[in-house]
Amino acid sequence: MYNAKAVIAGILVFAVLGTAPFWAGMTGKEYRSTGIIPPKDEKSCIENAEFMRAEHMRLLNEWRDEALRGENRVYAASGGKKWNISLQNTCLKCHSNHEEFCDRCHTANSVYPYCWTCHILPGESK
Amino acid sequence: MNKSRRSFLKVAGLSVFALTGGLAARAAMPGAAGAGIAPGGYAKGEKALRAGRWAMVIDTRKFAGPEDYEPLAEACRAAHNVPRIPDAQNVKWFWADSYEHCFPDDMNAYPDDKTRARAYPLLCNHCANPPCVRVCPTQATYKTEDGIVAMDYHRCIGCRFCMAGCPYGARSFNFKDPRKFLPSPPPNPDFPTRMIGVVEKCTFCAERLAAGKMPACVEASDGRVLFGDLEDAGSNVRRALAADFSIRRKPSLGTQPGVYYLI
Repeated sequence: MYNAKAVIAGILVFAVLGTAPFWAGMTGKEYRSTGIIPPKDEKSCIENAEFMRAEHMRLLNEWRDEALRGENRVYAASGGKKWNISLQNTCLKCHSNHEEFCDRCHTANSVYPYCWTCHILPGESK
Repeated sequence: MNKSRRSFLKVAGLSVFALTGGLAARAAMPGAAGAGIAPGGYAKGEKALRAGRWAMVIDTRKFAGPEDYEPLAEACRAAHNVPRIPDAQNVKWFWADSYEHCFPDDMNAYPDDKTRARAYPLLCNHCANPPCVRVCPTQATYKTEDGIVAMDYHRCIGCRFCMAGCPYGARSFNFKDPRKFLPSPPPNPDFPTRMIGVVEKCTFCAERLAAGKMPACVEASDGRVLFGDLEDAGSNVRRALAADFSIRRKPSLGTQPGVYYLI
């Protein structure tokens, strides 16, 4: 191989740089809150906080498909409590302040879902 | 670098195995692909009204001009935050039109003057063979198990194939942001609005049926519009259809509409 030293060194540098995000992720940073303020008068969400934090977007997708396509509009949580499946009429009843709850994390993570172009926020008036 | 055909095939075969093995293992795992993410379960609401196939029977003899249908249309707009846009880009869920426009097949060339002069209400027919569902490329519109042709606006990409497919003109496109034409806050804060770039239509009030209520236009009609289960021989709609002569819109197309007009 010509220029073996330079080529191998280059490949190594590329491999380290290319996988850097994985190494950085694996060095085990603690979960850091983005300063969201959960609703005060409710102790727990429909499922535990870790699940909701990691999977709420997939849960909402599943809720939508179950409610609209399967016409199953009631969710029986693992704790046994039953919830009406509705972002606007169930989630937003507790999480009534989207700026202090939804937006803090979404903005910090550079995700910009457009829920509120259709779903009406509590007390909304433009 | 010199490689024999044999060693190349060995490396290539191993690579393919390594790359696809992970996918195959994941697919073989029970309940991995497509299974629900939620730890809880799903159920129908206790108050939800059920039917084999929902249908509507409109007694048009008890209505005269388009103004008689206005309270029904207004109830629909209020229940679903349907805007009123004063031009050809209006959004229509429930509206009234003339006999000629409603029944262009003209099965009887000489109906009596009253029949010809009356206005007729138009809405989505919730067909048994809905062309809009067949043409939708994203399955944003679909048929539910109780015969309602429903829409998932999250999936709608605004291609408007369904509008071309619908022979009844029952679908409207949001050329403009509908919220600009709604009061603020919108009339029904429990129901979402739509956004610019999606198609919308009558839903037979699926969300009201799920809560045990009749559709908004049926409630506003003082019994002149019947709503019930077409597959139940003893239901109010079946009795009304057995007792009186009824027609449907454009029956020759084979879409099997679920909206019947008593003439």
